[in-house]
Amino acid sequence: MRDIAVVGFAQTPCVRETDGTTNGVEMLVPIFHEVLGGLGLTKTDIGFWCSGSSDYLAGRAFSFVSAVDAIGAFPPIAESHVEMDAAWALYEAWVKLLCGEVDTALVYGFGKSSAGQLRRVMAMQLDPYLVTPLWPDSLGLAGIQARMGIENGLWDERAMAAVAAQSRQHALSNPLAQLSGEVDADELLALPYVADPLRRHDCAPITDGAATIVLAAGDKARELCERPAWITGFEHRVDSPSFGTRDLTTSPSAVAAGKAAGADGVELAELHAPFTHQEILLRQALGLGDDVTVNPSGGVLAGNPMFAAGLARIGEAARRIHDGTAQKVLGHATSGPLLQQNLVCVMEGRE
Amino acid sequence: MTRPLSAPLDVGFDYTRSLGPTLGRFLSDLRRRKVTGIRGSDGRVHVPPLEYDPVTAERLHEFVDVAATGVVRGWSWIPEPLEGQPLDRPFAWALIQLDGADTSLLHAVDAGSPEQMGTGARVRARWRGERVGAITDIECFELSDEPAEEPTEADDVTMVTTPVNLHYTHSASPTEDPFLRGLMEGRLIAQRCPSCEKVYFPPRPACPTDGVPTTDQVELADRGTITTFCVVNVPFLGQRIPPPYVSAYVLLDGADIPFLHLLLGVAPEDVRMGMRVEAVWKPREEWGPTMQNIDHFKPSGEPDAPFDSYSQHL
Repeated sequence: MRDIAVVGFAQTPCVRETDGTTNGVEMLVPIFHEVLGGLGLTKTDIGFWCSGSSDYLAGRAFSFVSAVDAIGAFPPIAESHVEMDAAWALYEAWVKLLCGEVDTALVYGFGKSSAGQLRRVMAMQLDPYLVTPLWPDSLGLAGIQARMGIENGLWDERAMAAVAAQSRQHALSNPLAQLSGEVDADELLALPYVADPLRRHDCAPITDGAATIVLAAGDKARELCERPAWITGFEHRVDSPSFGTRDLTTSPSAVAAGKAAGADGVELAELHAPFTHQEILLRQALGLGDDVTVNPSGGVLAGNPMFAAGLARIGEAARRIHDGTAQKVLGHATSGPLLQQNLVCVMEGRE
Repeated sequence: MTRPLSAPLDVGFDYTRSLGPTLGRFLSDLRRRKVTGIRGSDGRVHVPPLEYDPVTAERLHEFVDVAATGVVRGWSWIPEPLEGQPLDRPFAWALIQLDGADTSLLHAVDAGSPEQMGTGARVRARWRGERVGAITDIECFELSDEPAEEPTEADDVTMVTTPVNLHYTHSASPTEDPFLRGLMEGRLIAQRCPSCEKVYFPPRPACPTDGVPTTDQVELADRGTITTFCVVNVPFLGQRIPPPYVSAYVLLDGADIPFLHLLLGVAPEDVRMGMRVEAVWKPREEWGPTMQNIDHFKPSGEPDAPFDSYSQHL
């Protein structure tokens, strides 16, 4: 099998609201320049382009087609898109590289969540026959899952607040984070509920943003990057969309993806957990012990650009290989309601 | 810099879906104030019924009647309900295991306050008076030990209609903004790519050829050349002019991208590629940030443009 590595990563600042359009061009142009410039590449060096975004988030049809303007697609390019987090676009690009069709790929995701009402937009990912017509909001659904875990003794509101406090503390070293600071779990617990048992700090913020990753194969990766983050396991699994049939206090698809990708022995993990209790759940599902550093960037609780946040987790994890601070890392992404679908990318540095 | 123009954008569509045998049975029965589950390959009764087994993926057939009463298995509290939700006062979302079912159904519980609500609480369906065969035929659940209202007769349903209404704030890009503000003053503002020097009208956030933001503003005159056109002969809903009429691509002088507009003042059989045209503006008091300020184009009377002058813009 071909060796493939993450060689470049860039992301926009995570902000509550941008002035830009919902087609992402204003957010994408600067990060394309940053990631390609950093590698000494131009657009003609990229063999395949793949993106993740959502028309429901944008409120317009084919917003991902307008986004291609940010590339400057002339002469014509090879391009694809997933209506999912761009971590799944990364998976598609990885398969393309594995097949030997190309040696380089650029993957990007973008989302302007501030354009609409995110809690309602997220109802569009649910069963359209029996669930969406009730307009369940994303916070309300996550609240049910959080309470089930609390009542089963798997976590409590204090442990959830501690996750939020840790995220913001980690984010102090992340200049692109939306939320950061020293906060005390007791102070957080004194705040009112937004969807009992969830408080505001339990929920990822609403964020506009974009992220991009460059993949390269074999010698091309070694040529572009001093310490490529070699992908040693890349798997995604899905649970039934009928969440009333599942045990919501765990995530069989996360367990399976972690096992298949070889999560054992990672030093550091970036988890795509939009709610505090989901970070605890995922740590358990992926078997991450106390010795594993989780979300050193602050994770999505510190900034959650929809459709880019999962890709950014893989980028943040890869960055720790690039800068030599870690040897084996894990990036995780989720999609669908209540951790229905999970993707795990394990990366290693080599001397 | 001032913020680019923005405006509310409301998107709505009534999604109409056929139900098939499993969901059709479930929703037809809701119309009769009955709840029906389906037995899975492991013996569990799924409510709502699944078409395929979540473990083995086998097609499921065995319908099972369950009660319209049950137990709360998990819940959250919504202090400020959102548009479209079952109740417009504070309520609980709950996963409810109906009596006779092994899995849980998501619905709202009208519990009054979170203090009244609890895992393990007994609930019953509050049936809607006018039932159409939809999950919303259950208005919500209510805290009660009593049975729900008795079943009644109703015809089967085969379709369900779900209205979806979403609300956005649509922002113009930094390059569209001067274009739209220019239109309000009767000016046509294009943008030039600093790399390939192509002039875009309407402007785009980045040059699609080079991927760089366009930075130079260019003001164009309101006349140009027809690059290509079509004669509209087919009537359609919302048509403003009786056919036949001509839709034409107009390349403004100095621009590199033509745009579609209406051509009047000439018989369709006399329209030609290369024909020179000029804008006919609406009265000034009707102007807004829109290309509709130009009511239509009409022939300017100039000699036709040579093919070479627009052959690269087709």
